[in-house]
Amino acid sequence: MDVILFLVFAIIAVVSAVNVVVQTHPISSAISLIGVMGSLAVLYLLLGAEFIAAAQVIVYAGAVMVLFIFVILLLNAGAETKGGRSFMVQLLGVPLLIALLGLLAFFVQRFFPRGTMVHFGGFTGGTAQAVGRALFTTYLLPFEVTSLLILIAILGAVVLARKEID
Amino acid sequence: MNAFIIISLIKALVVAFVLLTAVAYLQWVERKVIAHIQVRMGPYRVGPHGLLQPLADVIKLITEEDLVPPYVNKPLYLFAPFLAVCMALLSIAVIPFGPTINVAGYSTWMQLTDLNIGVLYILAASSMGVYGIALAGWASNNKYALLGGLRSSAQMISYELPMALAIASPLLLSNTLSLRELVGKQAGGILHWNLLPQIVAFFIFLIAAFAETNRVPFDLPEAENELVAGFHVEYSSMKFASFFMAEYLNMVTVSAMGTLLFLGGWDAPWSPQYGANLIPSIIFAISGLTALYHAGHPARKMDKYTFPAFGILFLIVAGVFLLPIVQSWLLPLFWFCAKTGAILFAFIWVRGTLPRFRYDQLMAFAWKFLFPVAMLNLLVTSFLVAWFS
Repeated sequence: MDVILFLVFAIIAVVSAVNVVVQTHPISSAISLIGVMGSLAVLYLLLGAEFIAAAQVIVYAGAVMVLFIFVILLLNAGAETKGGRSFMVQLLGVPLLIALLGLLAFFVQRFFPRGTMVHFGGFTGGTAQAVGRALFTTYLLPFEVTSLLILIAILGAVVLARKEID
Repeated sequence: MNAFIIISLIKALVVAFVLLTAVAYLQWVERKVIAHIQVRMGPYRVGPHGLLQPLADVIKLITEEDLVPPYVNKPLYLFAPFLAVCMALLSIAVIPFGPTINVAGYSTWMQLTDLNIGVLYILAASSMGVYGIALAGWASNNKYALLGGLRSSAQMISYELPMALAIASPLLLSNTLSLRELVGKQAGGILHWNLLPQIVAFFIFLIAAFAETNRVPFDLPEAENELVAGFHVEYSSMKFASFFMAEYLNMVTVSAMGTLLFLGGWDAPWSPQYGANLIPSIIFAISGLTALYHAGHPARKMDKYTFPAFGILFLIVAGVFLLPIVQSWLLPLFWFCAKTGAILFAFIWVRGTLPRFRYDQLMAFAWKFLFPVAMLNLLVTSFLVAWFS
């Protein structure tokens, strides 16, 4: 059952991800991106990380992408025209892609030689309590540093917005 | 295993049927209450006191011509109402209505499923709901609809923050994200509910709930006098009804959330030894006796037939509440419905009372007042929880 669910949502994620690039209209791309994030959330859920799954939907699919859509609506952006591909892209595109995939396959093979299969229900440290405890004990410093980074970003945004008004 | 599947199916069907009927009648209640606030009659022609009006509305909406304007973005135009209803229906799956119920030897919870991230699940479903409105506004290819969609997405992002912060404070007190455990932690009467210690959070939650469901005084996305009808101006027939249904479903969900988070869920306000179990019987008995009194003094022609019927019906219901066999699940269900209904009534009451905000006032209110207050409340709560634990 969980293998079928994994396959279904992995396929949806990959197809949506390709669709983000292929679509010419920003709205269609944005909706495909929501599809990617939603199916990623399901994959997290299958791994047993329910808190991360919920956070993924609330933060990425629910807040970040709403902002994306909001900006697209605000600018009323139209469909983009496809530019012709340059000579270099036509010549090197496919070989480079194959090289990249080969390299990835090589590294996966090299550094994760015999991975054990992940199975549903094998990991139980994904509850909100477990995540919270990990964040405030083991990963306290990275957590605080990240919050400081976000604070700096907020201050930067405020300063930039102020400049526009004055 | 098979019994579990069958019970789950039956529960899902019952919940869906009751919920959709309740939503249809919620609209009748709203029209009636607003009519009485404005000293009017409200729906009166279809059925006694307009009680069949929802049915007539549904038939009208189904048989209406389903018009798709030629200039819309068709896939998204068709997808948006579907998305809105789906996301609104999803969240009911984790809402518990009462404790366990025993049917023919099987014991089951009065809830479709209990997640240990139930609160987050509802937040996620409600945050996805905005896409229905935003995409409907964009796909309609109409400036008024687009403005409505824009306003709605901006409004929902802004009010989601104070709402999430207001929800977080009672969660700190109860120390769980499962809605069923949340109610269990508040058991034992009104003094144990999260209402009194979190009264600030409760009001922030209510205000944000009004904005999240696009209700008056925050119904800017569908402000008739500015935007014709807002985001659903190009929709007709069942597609229009879907948005309507989604709005009312969201209202029910958010009221149930308020009940579970702050009002102790299905917990009676005081202990049964002081007669809390008699309250529903007393209420129904008073209604029944009032109806019987009016049956003796008929003011209109039909009164001497309708009032005795309703009087006896109410008295029977009052008697049913006294039966020990059903009391164990009927009383919790009564309290849950009563509290949810009270919040729903507040929604309607406010609609009949307050005028609409201006758009800049709406945004300033969210960011400059509601958000800081919610933040402060959360801070104070967490310090106190840390202090006393």
